[in-house]
Amino acid sequence: MLRHKAAGSPGRPIGDKLFRWGATIAGAYVLAVILIIVLQLGLESAPIWEKEGIGFLWGTDWNPVEGRDSFGALPYIVGTLVTAAIAMSIGVPLSIGIAMFVMIAPRRIGAPLGYLVELIEAVPSVVFGLWGLFVFRVYLRDWIEVPLHDAFGDSIFLFSGTPFGLDVLSASIILAIMIIPTISAVSREVMMAVPQQQREAAYMLGSTTWEMFRLAVFPYSKAGLIGASILGLGRAVGETMAVTMLIGNATGLRAIPESLFDSSQSMASIIANEFIEADLVLHVPALIAVGLVLLLIAMAINVVAHFLVVRMLRIREGAINN
Amino acid sequence: MTAAQAPAPAGLPASRDERRARYRAMFKANVARRLAVDRIMLGVVMACALVAIAPLMWILATLFVGGAEALTWEFLTGEPGAVGSGVPLAIGPAVQGTVIIIGLSALLGLPVGILGGIYLAEFGRGWFAKQVRFFMDVFMEFPSIVLGIFAFLAVVLMLGHFSLWAGAFALSLIMFPIVARSTEEAMKMVPWSLREAGAALGLRNWVVILRVVLPAAKKGIITGVLLSVSRVGGETAPLIMTILGSSQFFAGLDNPMDALPLRIWRLSLQPYDEARLAGWGAALVLVLLILAIHVGVRYWFLQKGRGKGLMGRLGYGRM
Repeated sequence: MLRHKAAGSPGRPIGDKLFRWGATIAGAYVLAVILIIVLQLGLESAPIWEKEGIGFLWGTDWNPVEGRDSFGALPYIVGTLVTAAIAMSIGVPLSIGIAMFVMIAPRRIGAPLGYLVELIEAVPSVVFGLWGLFVFRVYLRDWIEVPLHDAFGDSIFLFSGTPFGLDVLSASIILAIMIIPTISAVSREVMMAVPQQQREAAYMLGSTTWEMFRLAVFPYSKAGLIGASILGLGRAVGETMAVTMLIGNATGLRAIPESLFDSSQSMASIIANEFIEADLVLHVPALIAVGLVLLLIAMAINVVAHFLVVRMLRIREGAINN
Repeated sequence: MTAAQAPAPAGLPASRDERRARYRAMFKANVARRLAVDRIMLGVVMACALVAIAPLMWILATLFVGGAEALTWEFLTGEPGAVGSGVPLAIGPAVQGTVIIIGLSALLGLPVGILGGIYLAEFGRGWFAKQVRFFMDVFMEFPSIVLGIFAFLAVVLMLGHFSLWAGAFALSLIMFPIVARSTEEAMKMVPWSLREAGAALGLRNWVVILRVVLPAAKKGIITGVLLSVSRVGGETAPLIMTILGSSQFFAGLDNPMDALPLRIWRLSLQPYDEARLAGWGAALVLVLLILAIHVGVRYWFLQKGRGKGLMGRLGYGRM
């Protein structure tokens, strides 16, 4: 960051110039990698776009048998979006609740608790999957799914189907747990960014703590909280292993879930399941095309989230400087 | 609030004192209601916190209970035997593979990560640097399985076989943005005066950066490296189509190899009790490894009492 006038003169030592160029290239590496990834996924999936056309996006067939091969990505797009949406509806309120609690709790309790929540993120996805597969699924099935199915199975479509534990609901709940650290950490950051004066003003008007949040914090940090949630959505969409192990791995039309207790398949999980055994003629290009769709969706989500969060945090800096 | 401030309705008593008593009662009811709501919300947010950490505790408990009995020396270091042969489904190659692949991906990812961080911290102004920073953040959130596909296309198909190189390449792509961003944050925290002191001694700019600023930012950089290692160590998805998995010990960087997360996944697909036990054991080893890194980093930082700022700013405090 040193920038004296002398350093900008033509007589700058060759070592400095080289170093600067090297560092700039290392910085540009990320741009090159992203560009190459998108291009290469596009090129390598070309056979499937030629065969199925843009209809690949809403096709529902999935038949890798040679001669009868036909591929469509819609079921997996739906599976990804449905599991991510359910995970969000569970995870977002919980995460914001945690963030609020960590903010208002005494430091002695709040700090370790916030750290424990962060540790959730350290647990590898495959361990979540293992636990979900062997432990959590059994309890979920016996205590929640079966009673719900018995009570509402005939009247509400959400609870029809056969509760088995390897389904949309169990995958979504595990996903919800996995996105909690992301959302709660970012939303805490964002809520902390609300100027202290705002909060004090609310207290001064006689608010209770909850009213302080409602009057001063939420309206101010709304964009940031939405950004935090969308960041979590990006995580949920790209998550692979835990979902692969719990979602039940249906393919084709059957992968479009008809109820919470129906097995499905996400974009990431179909790739994880089939990539190794796929043949290179059409099946692998189809999986690569699914990967490309996944990448574009995840990228779009993250770009939006980034803008919302960063804008919010920048407002803070502005507010402090004023 | 509204009740207390509303204009007196027609039905109120005429006497001033009685009206006052009525207002007071209304006020009390209002405050009581609001305090009750406040209490309820406090209970709700506390419940949120408990609900969120319960699974973590549950997972750790399950791992220790289920995995501890699998942990024997033979299990940790041997080659996996066949199911039912009495030889445990050992994870020796997986442990070895995880160590090798972390080292190899660090070899590929750290130089470009640290140099990229130097670029962002020292030269990173203007439009181009803004783009680099932005896309680093976006790239950090790329679905890891897509990076696996990329490594498969770029390395496996090119070389014609599955190899450790491909896996390490995929993991290095996860690693370098994390390292770069944490290097940047750490270097920005180094006081300006150190750089000026270096320049005043007549040192070249790149010498100042490498010999003064970088050592001063060492702690933050090492933290970022360790966190990226812990992240990479748990990745499974990109390894599926790159290192493939194997049940033999290391036989060269051009060969398929096993890794702990991959082995856990493969074990979970087998319907035997023995495989399940081995799965718990392997998961316990992996989680202990990663948690040790996390807790170690945390403890190390708390000692100096400056963990919050850096950790908080790193990727919005998620790590």
